[in-house]
Amino acid sequence: MSWTEIKNLQTIPLGEIPVFSVEELRHQTISKIQNGERLVQFFGDKTSEGVVLYVILADDNASRLYVASSKFRGEKAYQSFTPEAPSAHMFEREFYEQFGIEPEGHPWLKPVRSGIPGIDSEEIPYKFFSMEGEEVHEVGVGPIHAGVIEPGHFRFSCHGEKIYQLEIKLGFQHRGVEDLFVKNANRPVYLEKLAESVAGDTVIGHAGGFIRAVESLADTAVSIRAKLIRTIALELERIAVHLGDLSALSGDVAYLTGNSVFGALRTKVINTTMSICGNRFGRGLMTLGGVNFDITPQLLDKISAVVDRLDVDVELAAEVLFSSASVLERFEKTGVVEKETAAAIGMVGPAARASGVAVDVRSDHPFGGFELIPVHKLTLESGNVFARAYIRFVEIQQSIRIIREQLGGFPEGETKTDLGALGKNSFVVSLTEGWRGEIAYVVLTDGGGRIRKVKIKDPSFNNWFALSLAVRGEGISDFPVCNKSFNLSYCGFDL
Amino acid sequence: MLDLLRLRWRHGNQAIPDITKAELMDTHRGFPVIDESKYKNDWQKVIDVCPAGAITKSPVSIDLGKCIFCGECERASGGAIRFTNKHKTGSSERNHLIVPAGTGYDKYNEDAIESRKEIHGLFGRSLKLRQVSAGGCNGCEMELNACSNVNFDMGRFGIDFVASPRHADGIVVTGPITKNMAPALMDAYKSISDPKIIIAVGACAISGGVFADSDQLKREVLDEFKIDLYVPGCPPHPLTFINAVLDFIGRKK
Repeated sequence: MSWTEIKNLQTIPLGEIPVFSVEELRHQTISKIQNGERLVQFFGDKTSEGVVLYVILADDNASRLYVASSKFRGEKAYQSFTPEAPSAHMFEREFYEQFGIEPEGHPWLKPVRSGIPGIDSEEIPYKFFSMEGEEVHEVGVGPIHAGVIEPGHFRFSCHGEKIYQLEIKLGFQHRGVEDLFVKNANRPVYLEKLAESVAGDTVIGHAGGFIRAVESLADTAVSIRAKLIRTIALELERIAVHLGDLSALSGDVAYLTGNSVFGALRTKVINTTMSICGNRFGRGLMTLGGVNFDITPQLLDKISAVVDRLDVDVELAAEVLFSSASVLERFEKTGVVEKETAAAIGMVGPAARASGVAVDVRSDHPFGGFELIPVHKLTLESGNVFARAYIRFVEIQQSIRIIREQLGGFPEGETKTDLGALGKNSFVVSLTEGWRGEIAYVVLTDGGGRIRKVKIKDPSFNNWFALSLAVRGEGISDFPVCNKSFNLSYCGFDL
Repeated sequence: MLDLLRLRWRHGNQAIPDITKAELMDTHRGFPVIDESKYKNDWQKVIDVCPAGAITKSPVSIDLGKCIFCGECERASGGAIRFTNKHKTGSSERNHLIVPAGTGYDKYNEDAIESRKEIHGLFGRSLKLRQVSAGGCNGCEMELNACSNVNFDMGRFGIDFVASPRHADGIVVTGPITKNMAPALMDAYKSISDPKIIIAVGACAISGGVFADSDQLKREVLDEFKIDLYVPGCPPHPLTFINAVLDFIGRKK
């Protein structure tokens, strides 16, 4: 039996997915990961016959995905994948939390969001790692942080000013998103809006991921015009958040010029998104079968003028930012994640690329407009705060180029196509490169063509652990700038 | 050095001169107006389209506390419901957020926000707020952050977000109040000294928004607060938030 080979957004019948024994699935998954494949998804699905575990791996160079499964008919444990495949660590914790099937030998089997049944409760609180000794102390931060940001708890074990270890406890934002998708499967308009709210800073990314999955299940082709409008919106989203991050990173090292200038540039970009669809974050634009708003010729001119001016302003602002000694002193050599580490723990997105791991869904597993637009994968080597800041600058320039290329010769066509009926007993994987990295939606339908399982993976799910590793050995005062250089999502992780 | 000067020159002055009179572009979906007679079919069709369950019949009304301003009803009703670009939608009364057909923007705002004298006396020139995100998707949080950026510069009115509830006069709640955040929200609330004000920002905080029927929420903790100000939106525009707060502290009167 071999793994089912699929492409991004290719719907397959559920029955085609091979079922291995869990030992066999473990053995094959580990050997495939050791041979360079990447773990995309690892999740359970409760059926009448027990819990089915699905594993999805990616061969990025060949633009292929591989799917296999295993069935648990009442077994309460299996041998953990994590010791030999560290990128599975968070997935296995999630699987345990949701189904109570224990990965034996997992190095730190702690709750992910809502607590492990029978282990984590108000009476028996979450157990943090602790350390004792001379000049050793612990700092707890959160769930409410100093700024206007989402909640999460950080526990630093410090030796003097140095961070020895950072433990991140999340789950405060858990609002049962995946269940809401299934509960409201017969309300397509609601589902579009729900997908927009999985992570409010990645509206186009998440809505696009879900919507393309459903369009594939319905075998509905979207017009090229609609695809390009979506692409422009996705790249505007990327530019806007990257600008906001450069602004915040400047603020964290008290470089106020950068803080103001990048912030003001971001405002211009999100206002451009509002001129397309009436909302600064792109809410209301994406719909099943296309887009709700067209881009008129006048609007094309406006977008064109905005990106032209932006191109000059960003380059100038970046030149000033990245040549300031006081900024470089804080950015360089701070918060390093080595390439081997980044690959081993399965990092994605700009943070992975800043460490030299060349992964970019737009190029590896093209979706939507990127089936037509070649994207060159940008990487840096140093994996520090500087690299994660600088890669944002070069990605902004890249996105400006992508948008510019689309503006000339915009194709005619409908903006919305009617959605067909969803395939029965089907399975689809939808990968999207959001500004944070790979967003993975897996959608399963039942015998009536109704959505019965939605599994979401925000890139933050891969990358939070990288932040823990990045701050080891750094001064605790460098934590904010390290944290901002990743800018991970709490709600996207917590779901 | 020359680059820095050039950058400063190109940056110019980004501040909006008068926050209270600022207008948004036409595409912005702000205050909705309803002309019941313009839609001839059964309104139930429009009601069913609304993903937030914000529309009710006789008379046709929109609950801004539930509305996510997505514009689906505008398309479904052929413009009988129309979202204007007007951004002032805040109210100090929950029921006032329910906008019946025929209500205009000016009429809505005549008595939307009740400004109490002692609030003006205490906070009219300085209001420090602690923000708590309790399940928010980061949309509201980003717009609240934007209130303090160079464009909106809320600090010019003496309104700021502070790090500790001990330094705060009030709390700004976003998100549908998840089970896992409810205890921390209560802790923050208890840490603020009286008289504390509570501002609910966004459809999620006001009504649960798109997460209203999730089983992971614990909205009953809100029953322990008297919410002083509701700021609708998904997320509310910074102008909506700042103007609502200015009206509430009686800054313009």
